[in-house]
Amino acid sequence: MNDLTRQSAAVLADAIASKEVTAVEVAQAHLDRIAAVDGKVHAFLHVTTDSALEQARAVDAKVAAGTPLGALAGVPLGLKDVLAMKGEPTTAGSRILEGWRPPYDSTVVARLRAADIVILGKTNMDEFAMGSSTEHSAYGPTHNPWDLDRIPGGSGGGSAAALAAFEAPLAIGTDTGGSIRQPASVTGTVGVKPTYGGVSRYGQIALASSLDQPGPCARSVLDTALLHAAIAGHDPRDSTSINAAVPDVVAAAKKADVRGMRIGVVTELMGEGYQSGVSQRYSESLDILRELGAEIVEVSCPHFEYALGAYYLILPSEASSNLARFDGMRYGLRAGDDGKNSVEQVMAITREAGFGPEVKRRIMLGTYALSSGYYDAYYGQAQKVRTLITRDFNAAFEKADVLVSPTAPTTAFKLGEKLDDPLAMYLNDVATIPVNLAGIGAMSLPIGLAPEDGLPVGMQIMAPAMADDRLYLAGGALEAALIDKWGHLLIEEAPSL
Amino acid sequence: MSTQNMTNGEVDVYLDYDEAISGYDPVIGLETHVELGTKSKMWCGCSTNFGADSNTQVCPVCLGLPGSMPVVNRAAVESTIRIGLALNCTIADWCRFARKNYFYPDMPKDYQISQYDEPLCFDGYLDVTVETPDGPQVVRVEIERVHMEEDTGKLTHAGGATGRIHGADYSLVDYNRAGIPLIEIVTKPVTGTGRLAPEVARAYVTELRNVIIALGVSDARMEEGSMRCDVNLSIAKPGAEWGTRSETKNVNSLRSVERAVRSEIERQASVLNNGGRIIQETRHFHEDTGRSTSGRSKEQAEDYRYFPEPDLVPVAPSREWVEELRATMPEMPAVKRARLQAEWNINEFELQSLANAGAIELVEATIAAGVDSAAARKWWTGELLRVANDTGVELESLSVTPDDIKQVEALIAAGSLNDKLARQVFDGLINGEGTVDEVVTKRGLAVVSDDGALLAAIDEALAAAPDVAEKIKSGKIQAAGAIVGAVMKTTRGQADAAKVRTLLLERLGVSE
Amino acid sequence: MTSITRPEVAHLARLARLDLAPEELDHYAEQLDVILQSVARISEVAADDIPPMSHPIPMVNVFRDDVVTPGITREEALGAAPAAEDDRFRVPRILDEE
Repeated sequence: MNDLTRQSAAVLADAIASKEVTAVEVAQAHLDRIAAVDGKVHAFLHVTTDSALEQARAVDAKVAAGTPLGALAGVPLGLKDVLAMKGEPTTAGSRILEGWRPPYDSTVVARLRAADIVILGKTNMDEFAMGSSTEHSAYGPTHNPWDLDRIPGGSGGGSAAALAAFEAPLAIGTDTGGSIRQPASVTGTVGVKPTYGGVSRYGQIALASSLDQPGPCARSVLDTALLHAAIAGHDPRDSTSINAAVPDVVAAAKKADVRGMRIGVVTELMGEGYQSGVSQRYSESLDILRELGAEIVEVSCPHFEYALGAYYLILPSEASSNLARFDGMRYGLRAGDDGKNSVEQVMAITREAGFGPEVKRRIMLGTYALSSGYYDAYYGQAQKVRTLITRDFNAAFEKADVLVSPTAPTTAFKLGEKLDDPLAMYLNDVATIPVNLAGIGAMSLPIGLAPEDGLPVGMQIMAPAMADDRLYLAGGALEAALIDKWGHLLIEEAPSL
Repeated sequence: MSTQNMTNGEVDVYLDYDEAISGYDPVIGLETHVELGTKSKMWCGCSTNFGADSNTQVCPVCLGLPGSMPVVNRAAVESTIRIGLALNCTIADWCRFARKNYFYPDMPKDYQISQYDEPLCFDGYLDVTVETPDGPQVVRVEIERVHMEEDTGKLTHAGGATGRIHGADYSLVDYNRAGIPLIEIVTKPVTGTGRLAPEVARAYVTELRNVIIALGVSDARMEEGSMRCDVNLSIAKPGAEWGTRSETKNVNSLRSVERAVRSEIERQASVLNNGGRIIQETRHFHEDTGRSTSGRSKEQAEDYRYFPEPDLVPVAPSREWVEELRATMPEMPAVKRARLQAEWNINEFELQSLANAGAIELVEATIAAGVDSAAARKWWTGELLRVANDTGVELESLSVTPDDIKQVEALIAAGSLNDKLARQVFDGLINGEGTVDEVVTKRGLAVVSDDGALLAAIDEALAAAPDVAEKIKSGKIQAAGAIVGAVMKTTRGQADAAKVRTLLLERLGVSE
Repeated sequence: MTSITRPEVAHLARLARLDLAPEELDHYAEQLDVILQSVARISEVAADDIPPMSHPIPMVNVFRDDVVTPGITREEALGAAPAAEDDRFRVPRILDEE
């Protein structure tokens, strides 16, 4: 088999199961690729070489023994550093957790292990998943494989870049306001934010608990579906986990059919503020969907214009509380403990030293929004906006089976370009945030390169809660049509590095 | 007294209670925390056993490790609902947990999961009885809320001289206790109790403890901290607006509840009478002095930034569930006390003695086994309580069962044991010498009822004391006691003293 | 909306246990202001009759049974501690009580 790193996860799994290649060979090929290119990309914070090879050997042993295997057995994966993995560094991109090795596995990791998916290492991210560029990582930015001077999106830029740089065929992301979808969009890869509660959050270092959701990332819709199926499902350790059958996303990805499907174009999520090449590719994709037999309808979600405001109150509020535990008492960094400073001073010095500027900014904002006298005006109001946005979605889903929009207003911007302008950075998430506020599922998939800069553009598909299979039905159909048009996946056009 | 002291709310000399209460009406409020006796913690499966080695009953959840998430213990919710029902509360049909945000090293997440404006139970009451010079008086203490939260870890202060937090060089934290289910029961302000405020406070906490124990939801041991009480108190001139309140913590016994209220009334009245003002503050009660000292000032109110806990979903008890729980409610202590007094024909004082001895359930079980109530009470509060007190164990821990008492009483009724021998049987049981029958056999305990043997013993005793024999014959029957005593001695107590006396008098031809 | 003052920022920093440098206080006062101005519009739409939404997917009564399950060892618990002593976590002196 030619270059193992350029194969899809589905193909690799079949090759391993049929003994065409060994899982160790596959893992080693990807470890070699990481060694070769990650110096330029910096997708990984930590490569778990030993445990990856050990896992791969175990898969090969199962193959040899004829043990039945999962659909992705032996396929390598990059794990966002926000998910706890027993015994391996887990930093969430922050100095404050430098050196911490969790004594337990997150549920996602436990399921990956159970599925015999080989974890190559921990991928880079904005500190505590706060950001849209991965520039807020305490360990330095990740570079977009399409143009190393550009951002790979965020917060899960490491996972997306690992896919686009062919360092891993699968990756795990987490999405609080677009952290799976926006990186997928700007790297020409696929990412799905499942319905809230679809994938367990247990072991995901929390940013905003009512918005966070782990999800699958890959280079194709089918690979994404296979990974989705491996990690999804009820978890008694997560009280917000949905106790119902997971929609058959793999079957939907294979069916890949939009005939008769009503696809709603959200009028608030297009036009002004969207880069011309983004709008152009988006518009072409709508034409393709129509040609494939979908009915394109316009829907209006009038309260989406308030989504960003509500999001930037709810997220910092919950984050300010979730990040309180990083106080230097039980794990992680402790600074200023000179034997004289009080516990209060040591906590404050530790947090000042351990958190980056964006984290401190959001903690301050959240502390303010929750403080007495302001709660009703800020957090309380934001939660009402959440209700309004959910109602908008409900009304829209009366008219359409899925909704679509561009995933991000622009293609990948230059590193450093928006670093000092938080509001400009926040605007990247304008199209992805409503999904998190309502708790529904959404996918981003590549729909071409913007003519003006040659960089990938993503389309977002949104489905009602617990109907994640529709994302794959529509995404799979569009992807197939685009492959027909281009002769290959868009990612094949990425620079070879 | 210096002015500075006055502004601190401290006085050097306190008014005595009569003087203090004569000018003011107190308003009290009680916040009681109860650690539930569930097997596992509130949000995780860690054990709640008391006294385990430090940090051995912990997991990612109760250590607040990054990524961990709580899941509510169903038994804790049920216990809370049962407490709410016992306190005549309304059970919420929908409520949420909330995060109370503040930093403290004994709290692993630096927020406590609690309930804020949506408690599980609210608007109840508990009737308590206090003694007054005019007889018992019933006071209705209204309950504001009963809500669920979690306990913190345990701090030990090291370095420094006292082992107290003040002056310590550093502290050590054991998180075994972190995450144990904690219930907070908050009263509405209790007004109109006047000089009885200290007694009402104590009676309330006592009765609340009785209820908790009757429900079986906690051992409610104040000395071990599984039940803790904070006392809120303010005073004001009659008819005036309520005064500023203080909150006294560290009140660790029922007696201290009463003392803390009394002391705080005395302190506040002293401050006000001296022209000072009461500041809103937390105070710490000291068992040794019976006084409190000032803690943290609350003038700058804490800002806990409560918001709904996003990691937990709402609790919405169905009517069916609440009714199922209501069906499990035991008889409430006050009702039970009234019933027992009537059934056993005893007064409140006698019942209280039984309660203090921890004997009520044992007596009930003994009666249920078929023993008459007077006999059951006699054994448990007499010989058995004495042994328990002497050996420092709980009555219920003695290896004597209600059924043992039934057997002993049967032997007494049959005339084969007397009370003195019965005490020896109990001694044998407590020493682990076997069953009642085995102890009787091994120790050879049986009333000697063979007339021949008794007559021989009588003759022997008479022969040894001819002068006494003469006295009896001459009509001084009271002297018979000496001979009876001697016979009892030679038979090692195994004779029926009344029978010995009858035989003796017959022998000497004397009639009573 | 009123603007945030520097003392307010200092108070927030204390609540949040962030030992911010003086220049950071100014910087955050300015930035919080800008952000809050931009989010303030939400008050235009959120009317009294709109129920607030704290959880995206409506669920109630998620419980676990009262069963003891294994936790982690003391060595694992204390292994990550910046300081430990006598099987416990060692923390700096506590000033603000008693």
